[in-house]
Amino acid sequence: MKKFKVFRCAVLATLAISSFAISSVQAEKLGYPEKDELTFGFIKLTDMAPIAIAYENGYFEEEGLYVTIEAQANWKVLLDGVIDGRLDGAHMLAGQPIAATMGYGTKAHIITPFSMDLNGNAITVSNDIWAQMKPNIPKMADGRPVHPIKADALKPVVEKYKAEGKPFNMGMVFPVSTHNYELRYWLAAGGIHPGYYAPHKGDTSGKISAEALLSVTPPPQMPSTLEAGTIYGYCVGEPWNQQAVFKGIGVPVVTDYEIWKDNPEKVFGITAEFAEKYPNTTVRLTRALIRAAMWLDEKNNANRPAAVKILSKPNYVGADYDVIANSMTGTFEYEKGDKRDVPDFNVFFRYNATYPFYSDAIWYLTQMRRWGQISDDKSDEWYFDIAKKVYRPDLYAKAAKSLIAEKKAKAEDFPDFATEDGFKDPQTHFIDDIVYDGKAPNAYINKFSIGLKKGDKI
Amino acid sequence: MSTATPLNDESQDKILWLDKSLDFALSSAKTLAVPIVGIIVFLILWSAAAQNINTSLGQFPGPAHVWEQFGSLYAEHQVAREKETAFYERQDIRNAKRVADDPSYVPKIRAYTGKETFIDQIFTSLITVMSGFLLAAVIAIPLGIAVGLNKTLNAAVNPIIQIFKPVSPLAWLPLVTILVSALYVTDDPMVAKAFIVSMITVTLCCLWPMVINTSVGVASIDSDLVNVSRVLRLPALKHVQKIVLPASIPMIFTGMRLSLGIAWMVLIAAEMLAQNPGLGKFVWDEFQNGSSNSLSRIMAAVVVIGMIGFLLDRGMQQLQRWLSWDKTSAAR
Repeated sequence: MKKFKVFRCAVLATLAISSFAISSVQAEKLGYPEKDELTFGFIKLTDMAPIAIAYENGYFEEEGLYVTIEAQANWKVLLDGVIDGRLDGAHMLAGQPIAATMGYGTKAHIITPFSMDLNGNAITVSNDIWAQMKPNIPKMADGRPVHPIKADALKPVVEKYKAEGKPFNMGMVFPVSTHNYELRYWLAAGGIHPGYYAPHKGDTSGKISAEALLSVTPPPQMPSTLEAGTIYGYCVGEPWNQQAVFKGIGVPVVTDYEIWKDNPEKVFGITAEFAEKYPNTTVRLTRALIRAAMWLDEKNNANRPAAVKILSKPNYVGADYDVIANSMTGTFEYEKGDKRDVPDFNVFFRYNATYPFYSDAIWYLTQMRRWGQISDDKSDEWYFDIAKKVYRPDLYAKAAKSLIAEKKAKAEDFPDFATEDGFKDPQTHFIDDIVYDGKAPNAYINKFSIGLKKGDKI
Repeated sequence: MSTATPLNDESQDKILWLDKSLDFALSSAKTLAVPIVGIIVFLILWSAAAQNINTSLGQFPGPAHVWEQFGSLYAEHQVAREKETAFYERQDIRNAKRVADDPSYVPKIRAYTGKETFIDQIFTSLITVMSGFLLAAVIAIPLGIAVGLNKTLNAAVNPIIQIFKPVSPLAWLPLVTILVSALYVTDDPMVAKAFIVSMITVTLCCLWPMVINTSVGVASIDSDLVNVSRVLRLPALKHVQKIVLPASIPMIFTGMRLSLGIAWMVLIAAEMLAQNPGLGKFVWDEFQNGSSNSLSRIMAAVVVIGMIGFLLDRGMQQLQRWLSWDKTSAAR
């Protein structure tokens, strides 16, 4: 009897050891998610597509994640949701995790393991403003305006309003949104001052010495606000520019692809605490999102019509198929009938779109400094530090490598993780031809004629 | 008019019977036909007007479009249910696989992660309004009785009620949201925060009409009844149970009907504002979507909201009939 007991103990022990060994091997491979019921927030914009596709194509479930996707009213509600834990993660403006980590607005350490897309925004003006701008724009042989349209064409209109004492109001979606910086970039490149922020004086409206007054409007409400005459133009993501064309209330004048070719757009944001507490969940959700992004760009956008069909469902973007398809399938309609090819208007995967580059984060920081959201001079080191705190290519690499190991992705589709330092080569494709080098942020800020430079303080 | 005097003649009897049934048919035709004609005229006017209104989202939906949307909303609900079944099947397979890999794992069933359909939202709103309403009734009716019975208490509470009564519960909404977030902190909440917020908002707007009507009803009980109670030397609780409650039920119900009507209206607005699940969120989401179907889907929701409001009111009326000894009071 005793012998038997000893034997049983031994068996149990070996069983325990072997099961421990098996689980530790699995942990090395990639463990089960620590938290498997997740809620992700999004704003009704076509660039939330990777989240919708990861859900609809079952990529989340294949990672053992049960994800609920919830539309949010506006960017602030969404960010607060992630900070207070109501949401586990969300489709965010690239500036949001940076600003939150820096403490501009609500302070919270938000990180991003995954960049969601490139390009995808445009600037739209009302029909009335367009009619006033049009005489200032050179024409092509067939009578259509030459693109890209610069803000130089808008400047006389703004000056006219200024002379009449009328404020020239425009909408953007959030103080730290890509749209705010793109609209400002475009206006300033055409000599129109978009105004400074002065947070140290409590001024967060961004209208100090402004010629065009920018204010916040949630993306889905842009067309109706334009229609109501509250604003004369706006910068927003799709489908809200194409909707203005469909509704016949406005004309998109320039896409962000023309302002800065292949500019980084949304990111997927989670709290640093979440990533620490649930490392497997973090890698797994990144894997699902990478697979979704790959699917979106696969075979030269062949899956885009299917994606548009999913996005047009009321629980995702909900706009009509035609409106979403207009920009998602490689074309963009400016003036009604003036449909042009912009194959890279929405880029989800190619050109390493999903890799969180430090240099992208630093560009946002330079613009925050340029417009006074960062009130004081900062050293180049400071820019690098913040970028490294927020952008987490290490997490991305872990997810991508495991996908490559499982043959779910090809190594050549990703940056070479052994040598990639997170900085893109100096970028030249800006509407004002100013070159951006992420390794020299302070030098970059000094290149702009409108905007704060080194040593300036409001 | 069937005012014929009774005659012991068979034919007369028949005539009387015919006359009566004709009368009945006529009156029921009147009670049915007139509203039907009213509805038909309204539908005609609606579709005529709709054809002439062009919005930026296309033509304003007429009755036919809205009817079509009811069909597609129901179809969407069916599809969602099918997806739900598939979701659970996939989950079972995945759980089984994981148990095979890792025997120590205790399988867990996670709730369906898909989006609520229109029909789900109807039920969410109904449950919210009823819970908020019941909570208000539990607070307001005893309070109202106490206030109605005691003049001093009445004088003390009255100014507070009068000040809070005209406040739109939507003004409370931000405070309620913040308070619930601060006070309702659990790792694994039984009910969603959003539900609690909507429910408390409903409670806040139900409270005042109920308190006021109950107290007025209690205070204005026929003095004869009170005297009877005195003569019988009924103890306080018995007095409330046997005299006060039966006598004030018509007024209590008036308050309840009033507040349920307001509560339903407020709930929809609160759901829109706070993005809490329910019909209000459905309307807001559709407005945000701005698709060519949005207007007709919103219109469909409006019709459903109206129907439910009507049914809630009728339900309260029926309840009052069952509970009240004064059967005429409910007819108002």
